Amino acid sequence: MRTEDLIKALDADAGKKAMPMGKAWWLAAGVAVAIAAAMFFTTIGPRPDIMPAMHTMRFMSKFVFTLVLAASAFALIRVLSMPGASTRRAMTWMVAAPLLVVLAVILELFAVPQADWGKRLVGSNMMICMTFIPLIGVGPLAVFLGMLRYGAPTRPVLAGATAGLLAGGLAATFYAAHCFDDSPLFVATWYTIAIAFLTLLGAIGGRLFVRW
Amino acid sequence: MTGKDEAELSRLLRAAIAGDERAYADFLHRIAALVRGFVRRKIVQGGVDPEDVVQETLLAIHVKRHTWRSDAPVLPWVYAIARFKLIDAFRRRGRRIEVEIDEIAETFAEPETETVSERDINRALEGLPPTQRSVVSSISVDGHSIGETAAKLGVSETAVRVSLHRGLAAIAKRFGRQ
Repeated sequence: MRTEDLIKALDADAGKKAMPMGKAWWLAAGVAVAIAAAMFFTTIGPRPDIMPAMHTMRFMSKFVFTLVLAASAFALIRVLSMPGASTRRAMTWMVAAPLLVVLAVILELFAVPQADWGKRLVGSNMMICMTFIPLIGVGPLAVFLGMLRYGAPTRPVLAGATAGLLAGGLAATFYAAHCFDDSPLFVATWYTIAIAFLTLLGAIGGRLFVRW
Repeated sequence: MTGKDEAELSRLLRAAIAGDERAYADFLHRIAALVRGFVRRKIVQGGVDPEDVVQETLLAIHVKRHTWRSDAPVLPWVYAIARFKLIDAFRRRGRRIEVEIDEIAETFAEPETETVSERDINRALEGLPPTQRSVVSSISVDGHSIGETAAKLGVSETAVRVSLHRGLAAIAKRFGRQ
């Protein structure tokens, strides 16, 4: 088939419209949040003392970390899914969440006597944390990988990893409402491990499934 | 020339997405010539036929045209897809290459005309289900319109459009998976 002939076929198919990427990403985000919420509320749900907890800085700081991570990963995955879009600004924003966590850890180390550091780090339910963040995040991750297939990421592994970070940030936001361990020492350790697992899963998914 | 090209090509693709078929054909012809120049420049050793990469790129541009933001420049988008498809073509043949993001080579990629030979796309076409295959080759190789193809095959125009759409999507996907 000559290229001229191919163009005839493409031109005849021009009428078919697909949803623009920008809009499709918001739709995917909505679906992912709904899936994560369904998983969260039908299993562990929020902690019973959530109302008083909301008045403490440590509890609220968890949401700052996870939401900043989700927002920056969302901005990055959007540009990664569109060929030729500049990723520099979105990449730079990816340091925001880790930076905030590091800052909070330093503050915590000053605020808490050294004898308590170990207890705060180990917390009371790290296994639940490392089970439920991936469990809540795996559905959203599938949605985001599906979106990457719909898009055209020229760096599929990086885009897949970003999908994992986004799913991790979203899942951790829900999980944080359940978790009794509010210390940045706990968050920096166990949340990070759980989110890293989703990120690895996303990178593998990007490598295997995001072909176009 | 690039600045003027950019403005003109963006205008054409915007018009095409709004439903102007003439603008789309015009856009694809110009893009094919530019991508051909780009790809031929990048393939210095043999092993990969430039025209195969041009065709893969055009198909990808077609099935992924919703990934272009209509307020963004169109040429970086086109070249990013072409570069991806070029690297992919080398990878499939067991070779790893680095295609540097070479703005200068892209700026001076001159439009070039195609050469004829056996194509990867023919193999992909042969792998389609019979209906899709006859619709796609009727419109492309034989140059029939949607209406003529519908009359020839004795099906509705809608069915022809659906088969064409699915057939092209399947060809594009096959390229990606090989």
